[in-house]
Amino acid sequence: MVEAIEIRDLWKVYTKNDQDIDVEDQDLVTSLDKSEEAVVAVRGVSLTVNPGEVFVVMGLSGSGKSTLIRCILRLIEPTSGSINVFGEDVTALDEKGLTEFRREKTAMVFQHYGLLPHRTVLENVSFGLKLKGVLLKERLERSKVALELVGLSKWENYYPSSLSGGMRQRVGIARAIVMNSPILLMDEPFSGLDPLIRREMQDELIRLQEDMHKTIFFVTHDLDEAMRLGDRMAVMKNGKIVQMGAPGEILANPADDYVARFVQDKRKQLQMADGDNSKKISLITDNSSKETGSEKKGMIGNVS
Amino acid sequence: MFPEVLEFHVAGYVNDFINWLLHSFSGGFDSISASISYVLMAIGSGLSAIPWWGYILFVGVLAWVVNKKISSAVFLALMPMIIGMFGLWDLAIDTLAVIITAVFLSLFMGIPTGILMAQIDRARSIMTPILDGMQTMPSFVYLIPAMMFFGLGKVPAVFATLIYSMPPVIRLTNLGIRQVPKATQEAALAYGATKWQLLKEVRIPLAMPNIMAGINQTTMMALAMVVVCSMIGARGLGQEVLLSINRIDVGHGFESGFSIVILAIVIDRITQGFARRWEPNKR
Ligand SMILES: Nc1ncnc2c1ncn2[C@@H]1O[C@H](COP(=O)(O)OP(=O)(O)OP(=O)(O)O)[C@@H](O)[C@H]1O
Ligand SMILES: [Mg+2]
Repeated sequence: MVEAIEIRDLWKVYTKNDQDIDVEDQDLVTSLDKSEEAVVAVRGVSLTVNPGEVFVVMGLSGSGKSTLIRCILRLIEPTSGSINVFGEDVTALDEKGLTEFRREKTAMVFQHYGLLPHRTVLENVSFGLKLKGVLLKERLERSKVALELVGLSKWENYYPSSLSGGMRQRVGIARAIVMNSPILLMDEPFSGLDPLIRREMQDELIRLQEDMHKTIFFVTHDLDEAMRLGDRMAVMKNGKIVQMGAPGEILANPADDYVARFVQDKRKQLQMADGDNSKKISLITDNSSKETGSEKKGMIGNVS
Repeated sequence: MFPEVLEFHVAGYVNDFINWLLHSFSGGFDSISASISYVLMAIGSGLSAIPWWGYILFVGVLAWVVNKKISSAVFLALMPMIIGMFGLWDLAIDTLAVIITAVFLSLFMGIPTGILMAQIDRARSIMTPILDGMQTMPSFVYLIPAMMFFGLGKVPAVFATLIYSMPPVIRLTNLGIRQVPKATQEAALAYGATKWQLLKEVRIPLAMPNIMAGINQTTMMALAMVVVCSMIGARGLGQEVLLSINRIDVGHGFESGFSIVILAIVIDRITQGFARRWEPNKR
């Protein structure tokens, strides 16, 4: 089976004038870390995402999550390493190939929505199709279907400025799913929303995913969100992946202090819900290895 | 007294240089002159074909479209009547022709230049000092090369006006495009926008409020050149002001000066109204 996304030894070093950096050179990397001229945002990340799975990357602010997700469609040029999407080497694409790749293979949802203020909701949703050259009639039809899916049909002629944050993000999601791309990239899509709406949007995404079966690469700094949505997750710290696995496993066996601190509150919550901490957690671990994704999500949702 | 031995003149060299330019590029200046006067003639004859009440109607409708207020539309529409009542209507049309031609050519060259500055960093670093220089230069200075290259009359007036009025629209186009939020542009790129699509679908539309503000400022700068340009023989309201100064005829000077103010107010209100309509949150 060919992997949906396969990232191998990916590095991103932000420098003043985009100079080439040899990341093999340990001394150089150490000196870059100390200097103020450069930031090493992603250091040697390798991971694979299977088709149809929701892969969550979690980490504190500044750990390099946004940089990583943007490297996948080269909104940020990686410094070194390789990225394969359905067997296609993204890092080798020329400008035309890259444009084509972004139009056909991926669709992205942003934390700050990235909607066009001078376009109506409907026009925003059909924007990607317009870039592809899909004819007006077809793109409006498809966009209306997508808006229906996110429950915003009534709002198609409004401008984004008159929508609430949650509604704007629904537009963002509609704009992504209308593209029919196999891969959905989501960079903290719900972080700007208040907890109730966030919960609602997560449920909605789960519901949509049940029909879509897309490969979703989801970035968040919220453990609850990661546990609800993720089939597998990776915890990032300082540009590196420190632990990768099913959410339940990570909760049960944090690899180091950083991960432990991350999951601490969640463990306490579970502890309070049920007196015996260790039993509860092992229960989750067992379940998550046996059961399918959606059932597991439902269960954790009930606990928290 | 400044010591005479230190006196040194460049006037001769400048004259030689200008003469050399005129000789070597006479074809170039002739064709520039011909194209300016072609545009000027086209716009001028178009303007004089419109009857006076046509202007009143046009201003009224436009003012209503941009402001949606009957009172301000009626007020703006009646202002030009005053120019007619002073007996300065035809001269005002002459002035208007020079301004519109200059502004048209300014925008025609200025907006693409501004876009180029925004797209290419090198273009910006070349243009910025030039624009700074152009804006610190007193407006009179532009009359000298204008007169040298194109003689007297309306063509050099258009030339001087267009050079003087171009910087704001270039600057604001560049600024507006550079201020388009990175996040919005990133989203467009993520969906597979080419460079050209990014410019056309995102950067220029989002820069529109700034570009419109630039158009408004350019128009105002062009109006400011009206009196100055009369010094190289451009017929119109400016010349009336100049003549009144020479004859110490305060009354006539007031009438023609006031007419220029009226033109300025009407044009300013309407272009500003258009600029406001482009603000995204106003829709
Ligand atoms: N364009 C840039 N130039 C220089 N440094 C950058 C740039 N973008 C990000 N960085 C730095 O790279 C590091 C990783 O940033 P990144 O945005 O990927 O983190 P993140 O995990 O997404 O954080 P957040 O949760 O705040 O979004 C940070 O230290 C940041 O300051
Ligand atoms: Mg981020």
